[in-house]
Amino acid sequence: MARQAKNAPDRGSDTLLDIRNLRIEATAYPPGEAPRNLVIVDDVSVKLERGKVLGLIGESGAGKSTIGLSSMGYGRGGVRITGGEVFLNGRDILKGGERGLRKLRGREVCYVAQSAAAAFNPAHRLMRQVVEASLKHGVSSRAEAEKRAIALFREVSLPDPEHIGERYPHQVSGGQLQRVMTAMALCSKPDLIVFDEPTTALDVTTQIDVLAAIKKAIRDTGVAALYITHDLAVVAQVADDIMVLRHGKKVEKGDTHQIIKEPRQEYTNALVSVHSIPHEEQKPAADPILSVKNVTAAYGGGDVKVLKDVSVDIYPGQTLAVVGESGSGKSTLARAITGLLPPMAGSVEFSGRTLPPRLANRTRNDLRELQMIYQMADVAMNPRQTVGTIIGRPIEFYFGKRGRDRDRMVAELLDKIEMGTGFADRYPAELSGGQKQRVCIARALAAKPSLIICDEVTSALDPLVANGILKLLLNLQKEENVAYLFITHDLATVKSIADSIAVMYRGSVVRYGSKSEVLQPPFDAYTDLLLSSVPEMELGWLEKAMAGRRMEAAGN
Amino acid sequence: MLNIKRIPISALIGLFVTLLFVLAAIFTPWIAPYQNTEIVGDVWAPASAAHWLGTDNLGRDLLTRLLYGARITLFIAFLATALSFTLGASLGFSAAVIGGWFDELLSRFIDLFMSIPTLIFALVVLSVLPATTLTLILVMGILDSTRVFRISRAVAVDINVMDFVEAAKLRGEGRLWIIFREILPNALSPLVAELGLRFIFAILFLSALSFLGLGVQPPESDWGGMVKDNKDGIVFGIPAALLPAAAISVLAISVNLVADWILNRTTDLKGGRGNG
Repeated sequence: MARQAKNAPDRGSDTLLDIRNLRIEATAYPPGEAPRNLVIVDDVSVKLERGKVLGLIGESGAGKSTIGLSSMGYGRGGVRITGGEVFLNGRDILKGGERGLRKLRGREVCYVAQSAAAAFNPAHRLMRQVVEASLKHGVSSRAEAEKRAIALFREVSLPDPEHIGERYPHQVSGGQLQRVMTAMALCSKPDLIVFDEPTTALDVTTQIDVLAAIKKAIRDTGVAALYITHDLAVVAQVADDIMVLRHGKKVEKGDTHQIIKEPRQEYTNALVSVHSIPHEEQKPAADPILSVKNVTAAYGGGDVKVLKDVSVDIYPGQTLAVVGESGSGKSTLARAITGLLPPMAGSVEFSGRTLPPRLANRTRNDLRELQMIYQMADVAMNPRQTVGTIIGRPIEFYFGKRGRDRDRMVAELLDKIEMGTGFADRYPAELSGGQKQRVCIARALAAKPSLIICDEVTSALDPLVANGILKLLLNLQKEENVAYLFITHDLATVKSIADSIAVMYRGSVVRYGSKSEVLQPPFDAYTDLLLSSVPEMELGWLEKAMAGRRMEAAGN
Repeated sequence: MLNIKRIPISALIGLFVTLLFVLAAIFTPWIAPYQNTEIVGDVWAPASAAHWLGTDNLGRDLLTRLLYGARITLFIAFLATALSFTLGASLGFSAAVIGGWFDELLSRFIDLFMSIPTLIFALVVLSVLPATTLTLILVMGILDSTRVFRISRAVAVDINVMDFVEAAKLRGEGRLWIIFREILPNALSPLVAELGLRFIFAILFLSALSFLGLGVQPPESDWGGMVKDNKDGIVFGIPAALLPAAAISVLAISVNLVADWILNRTTDLKGGRGNG
C-alpha cells in the first residue's frame, strides 16, 4: 500500500474520486428460464473533488446505489464490476485486491445506509459500533475515538451527546439512529462518505432534522460525499452537483442550480416539474357514507391508547385524506374502521347504520362495501396466485360469478387499471411495483365498494409511478363514484387528491375540515410543522424552513 | 419449470439412488431371487453365485431379505410420514389461523407430548397394543406429527400476518380458504423439505423399534429387524448385519441430499440470487 501511495502522483490534487467508464453486471435467474446477464450500470463516469457533495438521483433500478457502493469496491448481492476503473485518492482500488479494499473501507470511504435500524447490530451499544472502524484501522485510541464520537454526536444535534453512546440501537428513535450512523461514518475521518437514501425511510418532520444535521456535518468536517436519493428536492438541499441516472446510464450532470432550474434533458424535466394533479375540491354532501364517531382504540387490552376520541366523516364519491407522521394513529384508524381492531368506545356508521365493531360479526355485504389497498403491494398479494385469481376471487366470492363471466369481468377490470388482459396469467413477482399496486386497486374495485381505504398506497413507489397511480385513482373515483379514505404522510399527495383533510397527531385529530380550510393559515403548530417540513425544490429551502420552525418533531 | 441441467449433481445422485430403492421395493416379488422366508442354504453362508450377498442366521437368502425389507420399511415409513404430515400440518395451520385459546391449548398439549422421549413413549405404547403393522404406523405417525405441528405452525404464523392474508380476512373468507388457498401454497416448500427429513427419521425410528423387537414382527422383517437377527454374526466376522445397516444409511443420505436441494430452492424463491 505504501508503495502505491508513493507512486500516485495526484494524491494531493483536488480529485478525490474518479470513476471511469464503470460497468456493472449481475446474473439473474428467472424461474424456468436460462440464467441471464443483466447490465446494471453501463459506462458511467463520476468525478468528485475533495469536500464536494455529488447527488446521484434516479428511480429505483437506476443503478444509483450500485454506483455509490462501487466507490468502496463493493458489489451487493452478487453483482460484478466488469469494466472501468475506480480511482480513489489517485489509485485504482479495483486492483488493490481484498486486502486493499479492507484497508480502504471504513477508513477512506464510509457508508450510511438507508435503514439505520437494520444496519446497526442490536446486541452492541452504539458507542462501541461508532468507534469500531477507527480502532480497527488504528486511526486513534479508544479514548480519542470516543471523544471524537461525542463531539460528532453534538455536531449532528443529538440530545445528550455525552451519554447517547451508552444506549442500544432500539433505545433511540429512527431519526436519531440515522444521525448516529452519520456520526459513525465521520468518526474515522474518512475522505468520502456514501449516503444511501439516508432520509427516505423517515417522516417528513424527522427528515428535515436529519437532513440539516447531515448538511452541517458535511460542511464542518469538509468530507466529500455521494448522496444517493430519488427525491430531487432533498438532494437539492445538500448537493453541489447532481447526476441524473436512468436504467444504469447517465442522463445528465450539472450543478444543482442548473439541474433543478434549467434541466437539459426531458427526463430530468419530468423529475423536476412539480407533479400537481388538478383536483377540484367537492363540497360535502348532505349525508356522509361513513362516519367515525368518537372512536377510541387501544392495543394490549387498553393500556396504550392509539386513537383518542376520533370523529371524521367521509362523503360519497369524495376523498378524506388522513395525514400525520408515523405513530400518529392513521393506520390504526383504518383498522378500527375495518373491524380488525374493535374500538373501545365510539362507533362507525356506514350509510346510516352502525357497523358491528368486530370483523367477524359483519355481513358479507358490509365487507364488500369497504375495501382496502395496502402500502406494500408486494405482500398484499398472494405470491402463489395469478393476477387473474387475485382479481377474480372477489367477483366469485361476492357475486358468485364463475368461469367465462368471471374472466370477462377480470378483463374489464384489467382494462380499467390500464393493463392488458395478457396480465391475467402472470404472478405478482412478474410485475413492476406500479403494476402490482394497480392490481391491488383492481382487486378492491372488483367488489364494487362504496369506500376504499388507501393506506399509504403511493409511498413505496417512485414519484413518476406514484403520480400515475394517483391519476388512476382519481379517474376511477369519477367513474365509479367511490369514496376514498386516503392515509398518507405526504402532503403533496394530499393536495392533489383530497376533498377534506384530517391532521392526526399522537392519536387525536388536531385539524379537520375541507381541504381549503385546512390548508388555509393560520395554522396550529403541528400542521405548520408538517407543511413546512415538505421539501421544496428550492436552493436554501432547508435553512429557511429550519429557521421558521415553531415546534420540534415528535421523533426528536 | 424444472430444468434437469440446473439440478446440482449431489441432488441428482440422491434422486437416482432414492428412485432405485423405491423401484426395488415396488417390484420386489418379481426381482427377488427366492421367497422371503424360504430357507435356501447354510447359516451365514458367504457370498456365492447362487446367493449374491450370502445367507442370514437361518440360511435365508440375504439379497431377497434385503429387498423384502426395503419393501416393508419404505411402506411403513411412507404411511407414517404421510399420517404425521396430514395430522401435524392441518392442526398446525389451524392453530396459527384460529389462534387464541385454541392455539394455546393445542400447543401446550403438543409440548406435553414432546416432553416424553419418543422412543420410550413408543416402546410403552407398542408393548401394550397388539403388534400389527397398522398400530406401528399409527404410533409412529402420531408421535412424529408433534414435530410437524411445530414447524407448520411456525411457518403459518409468519404467513398469517402478511397483508394478503389480512386482505382475505377482510373479504370475509372462511378459515378453509385461508388455510388451503392462502397459507398452504406459501408454506409448501419448507414443508416438502421437512418431509424428506421426517421420512428418514421414520425409517431410523422404525429400524430402532424393530431392533428392539417391537417393530415389524417375524417372519416378516424390515432392515432394523435384519440387523437384530444377524448381529451375533459380527463377532464371527460375518458381514450380514452390516448390509441392512448400510442400506439404511445409503437411503438416509440420498433422501437428505434431495431434501437439502429442495431447501436450497426454497430460499432461492424467497429472493436469493441463485446460490445453487
